Amino acid sequence: MSTLHMVNKSPFERGAMQSCLEHALEGDGVLLFEDGVYGAVKGSAVTGLIENKAGSVKVYVLGPDLAARGIAGGRLIEGITVVDYPGFVDLVTAHKGTQSWL
Amino acid sequence: MKLSILVNEGPYTHQSADSAYQFTKAALEKGVEIFRVFFYHDGVNNGTRLTVPPQDDRNIQKNWSELAEQYKLDLVVCIAAAQRRGILDEGEAKRHGKGDGAANIAPGFRISGLGQLIEAGIEADRLVVFGD
Amino acid sequence: MSQVKKFLYVNRKAPYGTIYALESLEVVLIGAAFDQDVSLAFIDDGVFQLAKGQDTKGLGVKNFSPTYRALGDYGVTKLYVEKEALAERGLSEDDLMPVTYEDENDGFAEKPSLIFVDRAEMARVMAEQDVILSF
Repeated sequence: MSTLHMVNKSPFERGAMQSCLEHALEGDGVLLFEDGVYGAVKGSAVTGLIENKAGSVKVYVLGPDLAARGIAGGRLIEGITVVDYPGFVDLVTAHKGTQSWL
Repeated sequence: MKLSILVNEGPYTHQSADSAYQFTKAALEKGVEIFRVFFYHDGVNNGTRLTVPPQDDRNIQKNWSELAEQYKLDLVVCIAAAQRRGILDEGEAKRHGKGDGAANIAPGFRISGLGQLIEAGIEADRLVVFGD
Repeated sequence: MSQVKKFLYVNRKAPYGTIYALESLEVVLIGAAFDQDVSLAFIDDGVFQLAKGQDTKGLGVKNFSPTYRALGDYGVTKLYVEKEALAERGLSEDDLMPVTYEDENDGFAEKPSLIFVDRAEMARVMAEQDVILSF
């Protein structure tokens, strides 16, 4: 059973997403929410951080946070799964524990 | 499956309190049990009845209180963090000589010790932390 | 509450700029009474919490760094410090204050509480936990 990592910081302002990805183990899940959703957008200076872990960790992003920030689904890095709040709950119960990267 | 929630930030400045509320509500609506929601750091400010947000804005404290009433949700405000930040119940207001009517803990919330957070971690299957 | 869980307190923030490090330590002290398997992790700016020579007189706030050295008396003896986090900040192990505990199973011999691990080991320590608290 694996860990669900939760990242709510913009990767352009803070190092939470990078640090999370450097510590996540194979098979872990990473949920980007709040300002963390900016890390899910393709073609940015930090896109490589996510792409380098593709195939090792599964990345999710919270849909309501994307919508609030005007980020359309087509702008996401390939392979990222969009979830809603009930889906967020399912992710928490499906992993053995959660780690918040505050 | 039982979850516990930790809220480290106050309402309005950070999204954390909103995220924690939406998550908690979604879990309860799915029938997932919430053992406890614990408020720490500035998170204790979720539990003051004295906030008066504009009418076209959400009332985060009221949202929590209604959730507590509807689902018998246990909302616990850390006493040490609350005292630092001026969140008091009747007993604490009296004990610290703050005068009649100084208690500002909102309906559905209770003030208790940090041990309640540790217990929330022990008793629940998952602890989910929201903060900054 | 007879079960023992593995609790990890993750420290990623520097002291004094915000209250998180201090209030995290307050949870550790209270939590110690619950007889759980407790560890602390210091990564990213969290390693600054353990810096030697902290002096807060000029700020008018409490210097809480001596509390880390008292953790052994509370049975909290595993403080994992990430080597890469130190190196990235131009710090070495000698820049941190010594934190020790008396091992009651070994004639109360004084032993170091700081456990220096690399990033991969830290990731494994995190993965072993039941409850991860971050502030």
